[in-house]
Amino acid sequence: MTPSENDLQALADDLIGPERRAEVEAYLTRDAEAAERVAAYRDQNAQLRALFNPVLDEAIPQRLTVPAPRRSRVQFAIAASWLILGAAIGWGANSLSGEDPGRSVTLARRAAIAHAVYSPEVRHPVEVGADQQEHLVRWLSKRLGADLRPPVLVESGYELVGGRLLPGDRGAVAQFMYQDAKGRRLTLYVSKMNVSQGDTAFRFSRENGVSVFYWVDGALGYALSADLPKHDLLGVATAVYKQLNP
Amino acid sequence: MDQATLTPHIPRLRRYARALVGDRYAADDLVQDTLERAINKFHLWRPGSDLRAWLFAIMHNVHVNQLRSRAARPETPLDDGDALPQSVPETDRHEIRDMQTAIAALPSEQREVILLIALEQLSYSEVSKALDIPIGTVMSRLFRARERLRAQLAGVTSQSNLKLVR
Repeated sequence: MTPSENDLQALADDLIGPERRAEVEAYLTRDAEAAERVAAYRDQNAQLRALFNPVLDEAIPQRLTVPAPRRSRVQFAIAASWLILGAAIGWGANSLSGEDPGRSVTLARRAAIAHAVYSPEVRHPVEVGADQQEHLVRWLSKRLGADLRPPVLVESGYELVGGRLLPGDRGAVAQFMYQDAKGRRLTLYVSKMNVSQGDTAFRFSRENGVSVFYWVDGALGYALSADLPKHDLLGVATAVYKQLNP
Repeated sequence: MDQATLTPHIPRLRRYARALVGDRYAADDLVQDTLERAINKFHLWRPGSDLRAWLFAIMHNVHVNQLRSRAARPETPLDDGDALPQSVPETDRHEIRDMQTAIAALPSEQREVILLIALEQLSYSEVSKALDIPIGTVMSRLFRARERLRAQLAGVTSQSNLKLVR
């Protein structure tokens, strides 16, 4: 059987299954023109690698060190503008002491984005399901370097679906997902925070239609997000807060 | 973590960018823009999926945007001596320089496909995803790229009496 054009390409690229390879190679012994083409394609691959592989060994120019996320620049700008404002109108230290408004705003925003990205997922809402809860908790605790306990929200009508690991601006972040009988989902976002910052009160923020209650407790920041009105989410958020701060 | 995760990919991104745009500085500009975009879109990357293929997809988009915004300006020719890495042995330089000219002469869309396959050794379906084109288009661009290179290298070879096929 005459191989297709794609078979010839795949043979040259070693992207062909062993069975098909044997058939195509047998065919090439009878078709010198096709055999010559495959050989030329292989040479092209080899020449391209010879030409450009030395780039791999070059020293990486200073300017290509990976830039910091833009969000932290925004955050810096927010902090800087508060400082300028504070100095200009003489608020001084009392309105700014104790916490960094930029940091906790970022927590709520990142949590809301992660909620918006993962909560509509039908096939892959979580990486590890609640059926493997013990493994899930051990894994995420290890990656965050903190003892995590996903709250039990059955009394509020929500069951744990599972969780996933996400990248945050300070390293690993955990996201736990919950769902009620109607399929509505909540996510609890848990992130390492700057310890020197101190705890913050229970706060609310609305980010692009997502309601977020968030707070900082010791080394961890928590944010509970849902596509629910504020007062509907408040009851669950209070339950979460109480379980985590008995 | 974002930064530490991306850093190991920089050499490969630089290799592909150099092959794609030719000029060393323009290539590093492309890498820099790609890294910035990747960092700011990092929350969109699905953990567990292939980060490398995702980065090439971002580089492709950045490159297409750059080509659009630079449409008025002529591209830097690829065969300025600077672009050829210094470590290439003298004996292979003729053959390689011919390839350098030939790859630069390909249409950008064909060049992307053959480079992702030859240099990055992505599978055809990974190329299809990274460039956001159907797999049939990947195969036809690959075929046309290779036949063009073959024709051009054969022409060069017959003139300069260099042997192409060992």
